[in-house]
Amino acid sequence: MHTQRFVAPFTVAEALRFIEAEPGAAILAGGTDLLVQYQTGSRRPSAFVDVKRIPELMGIVADDDGVTIGAAVPAADIAGHPAVRRWWPGLVEAVQLIGSTQIQSRGSLGGNLCNASPAADSTCSLIVNNAVAMIAGATGERRLLVEQFTTAPGKTMLQPGELLVAVRLPKPAAHTADGYQRLIPRSEMDIAVASAAVSVTLDAAGVCTSARVAIGAVAPTVLIVQAAANALVGSMLGPDALSAAAAAASAAARPIDDKRGTAAYRRTVVGVLTKRVAAIAAARAKER
Amino acid sequence: MSKLHIETLVNGEPAEFLCAPDETLLSALRSGLGLTGTKEGCGTGDCGACSVIVNDRLVASCLVLAAEAQGASVTTVEGIAQGETLHPLQQAFLDEAALQCGICTPGFIVASKALLDTHPDPSEEQVRYWLAGNLCRCTGYDKIVRAVLSAAAKMRSAQA
Repeated sequence: MHTQRFVAPFTVAEALRFIEAEPGAAILAGGTDLLVQYQTGSRRPSAFVDVKRIPELMGIVADDDGVTIGAAVPAADIAGHPAVRRWWPGLVEAVQLIGSTQIQSRGSLGGNLCNASPAADSTCSLIVNNAVAMIAGATGERRLLVEQFTTAPGKTMLQPGELLVAVRLPKPAAHTADGYQRLIPRSEMDIAVASAAVSVTLDAAGVCTSARVAIGAVAPTVLIVQAAANALVGSMLGPDALSAAAAAASAAARPIDDKRGTAAYRRTVVGVLTKRVAAIAAARAKER
Repeated sequence: MSKLHIETLVNGEPAEFLCAPDETLLSALRSGLGLTGTKEGCGTGDCGACSVIVNDRLVASCLVLAAEAQGASVTTVEGIAQGETLHPLQQAFLDEAALQCGICTPGFIVASKALLDTHPDPSEEQVRYWLAGNLCRCTGYDKIVRAVLSAAAKMRSAQA
């Protein structure tokens, strides 16, 4: 069955009316997952709803308290935005790792979130930065922490008739910075074997007062590792604290064996990545 | 299935076509407009053979629906040369023997043009990362990278 309809609404309200009337419709942002799934036959929506003509989904708005990134803004625009580059270098690292130049012209945070892959690069970074999903529905708008958005591979908290409009990133506190790394078998163009994002906040003496650790591709969803964060808080982020955080991340991982790596390998690597990224985030936080 | 009527600018000229709601831009360019320079490789956004520029952004036209191009400006490999005069990138690909079978070449030319439009003086590393989404199974890439760097140098000296 071929998809029979294509619509490109200009407003959120128009898009909501359409997806309410046609529950089999698929939201089309950059198409870098949806159109691949369509070409390979794994997804056959009744209609494509191109949301890239809706200003709220295509804009990046910076204010005193943070930045709101439209759900369909392409990765290249996010990575090029001065406020995003200044406040969330780890998020920039994550979005710049997604696919090729061609994919970065199209792929979006909304797509990465709604496709709900356990290996989604941007999701770990959004979670450690306390990002909030801005969701519109027939009964109004609601906000949901990104860490609560994904429930299983390919499954999210979005209800039928709802549209992810934007992702809101609260401005980081003083001496706070993030980082992101993943392991892939080559230098570009692959899906994470394991990944880690860390955000740390330091006090004036360099003691870590707050930390967030999220690991990807080692469980059905991105995991927040509170035990790893606890290992960092109260320390100067020296070798012992970093090793404890690494061990906590490895212990929290629930990986599977697949063609990208064995469970044992992923468990080890995710600890190494956590340690490295925590050190990078700490170095960045010291400079702020 | 009802066809959609799409109006675009292709290589600077107004162009209209009819497309199915699920037709790719790649298909519309090749079958609708007869612009067969753009090639289909994988059809799933991995190989870059179908690269075109849409509104100043390099994209894989197999992962763009034709209907999305309404009102957009599209540049294909057919729009790179100036009449009979090859673009410096095209000449450099010939001079450096940066192609063998040629299937990937239109995608490489368009992708490289998108790079030089925004980065007139790229490093070799920048060229290699930028072109990571374009696959060539013949050349081993060295000659392609050399051609892009050589074209960039020629274009800069022509500007100076």
